Amino acid sequence: MKTQAKNIQGRGYPVERGGFVPDGQVHWSLAGYLTHLVNGCLSLVKGMGLTFGYFSHPGRIITQQYPENRETLVMFPRFRGRLALVMDEAGGAPLCTACGMCEKACPNGSISVLTRRDSGNRKVLGRYLYRFSQCTLCNLCVESCVFGAIRMAQDFELAAYDSSDLQLVLYGKEE
Amino acid sequence: MEPIIDTSRFPATNAIGDFIRAILPGPVAELANIVLAVLAILTVVGLTPVALIWMERKVAAHFQARLGPMRVGYHGLLQPLADGIKLIFKEVMKPEGADTFVFFLAPILSATASFMVLTVIPFDHHLQVTDPAGGVLYVIAVAGLGIMGVLLAGWSSNNKYSLLGAMRSGAQMISYEISLALLMLLIVLLSGTASLREIVFSQTGTVLDWWIFKFPFFGIIAFVLFLISSTAELNRAPFDMAEAESELTGGFTTEYSGITFAMFFLAEFVNMFMAASLTTTFFLGGFLAPQFGLASLDRMLDAIPGFLWFFLKSYSVIFIYMWFRWTFPRPRVDQLMNLEWKVLVPANFLLLLIAGLFVVMGWA
Repeated sequence: MKTQAKNIQGRGYPVERGGFVPDGQVHWSLAGYLTHLVNGCLSLVKGMGLTFGYFSHPGRIITQQYPENRETLVMFPRFRGRLALVMDEAGGAPLCTACGMCEKACPNGSISVLTRRDSGNRKVLGRYLYRFSQCTLCNLCVESCVFGAIRMAQDFELAAYDSSDLQLVLYGKEE
Repeated sequence: MEPIIDTSRFPATNAIGDFIRAILPGPVAELANIVLAVLAILTVVGLTPVALIWMERKVAAHFQARLGPMRVGYHGLLQPLADGIKLIFKEVMKPEGADTFVFFLAPILSATASFMVLTVIPFDHHLQVTDPAGGVLYVIAVAGLGIMGVLLAGWSSNNKYSLLGAMRSGAQMISYEISLALLMLLIVLLSGTASLREIVFSQTGTVLDWWIFKFPFFGIIAFVLFLISSTAELNRAPFDMAEAESELTGGFTTEYSGITFAMFFLAEFVNMFMAASLTTTFFLGGFLAPQFGLASLDRMLDAIPGFLWFFLKSYSVIFIYMWFRWTFPRPRVDQLMNLEWKVLVPANFLLLLIAGLFVVMGWA
């Protein structure tokens, strides 16, 4: 007799796979049971193959022997170090237009974009203040920048002895 | 069926024992030999965890694309020493309301049980402390003592996590002992002897004469079932319900610290070695060198002493245990019991029936 199987999440598995159903009765079919058994074993073997792949390929190891390799250590592209301005390839002038979108996007108020007027009386970037001590490296400023003028740099070892060392002026003269 | 043992090739006594028997009078020599044997087993018990701690950490790391310990000694070789010193110098604490005598007895009992099994393991044809005719029975009986240590530890700790962990682990170990005993019985049935030394000699010949292959096809199934049940018997992941960290903090070892915890740790590693050496003895030809039927290659392999083969095979089995541990997720308690009572026990009875048929028909 075919019985209606209640397939309750996480308890028992469907009859067609030869399973045990939680109403106390065992609904059993040999073919289903064997299929389930063989499939289960195959999936275990698959898992063992995966882990052995890691074991037999030391090249895949991601551990860095820091600080022994600090001379050669290259950070991964997705690593977010502190904020940096992207400079114009030709002249070295910043791409920043001082629109202030990053300043608005920053949840911690760690960016201040100060403008000045150039000789043609146009608004340009005057000073770019970055308070690293307040920054959580969340990347929202980079995402908000429509000109691609800021990026997260790849440098690390950013600790400082004095919090005033973390008040950075990315552009413009120091006060 | 009758194993042909070439006693000139496999003498039962070794040079040290013979030397002591030659220079000392009978009873004194026996006593001296017993002391030496106990010392030798103690050395194995002492050095096995040292090797296994390092191996476990390195193997685990490499399975997870990490490096593991690298700082203490060359590739962390001195790490077990550092771990041991740390554990010895930690404070030994006893929770309020714990039963002092039982609380400190439990770790000793656990370590003793695994120590006692090693006395009947044939490390080589002349490296076996004693060879009782019912060696398999002795192994089953003494290995059961380890459960006592776990249960007493949970009971005496006065801690609900310890008690739950111990009860789970007790149920698990007692259940899996059945399929383990049935598998040992299978080999006893096939080889026609319950002495571990004779079981090894029943596998003389080529690699195909080991019980894993000699019992065609079913031998491999029996081997896999033995691996599964001994993993569960060892309370090792994926069957580490006794100390499922996410559910029971530390299981029965929750309240243990310092050297008392180290005793459980030691017992766990020696148990792992013990289970691996039993697997080797029953299925992989024990101390016999693998022979492939090629005269020149066989002579070369045979020149390597038997105990080296024994340790090589045992450590390969241990590697498989570690491979299991770092690959498989942990099942629930009820799934664990389902596996034992609904899959393993019926499968073992079926294997026994088939083995009986093989013996009666003289196929194996």
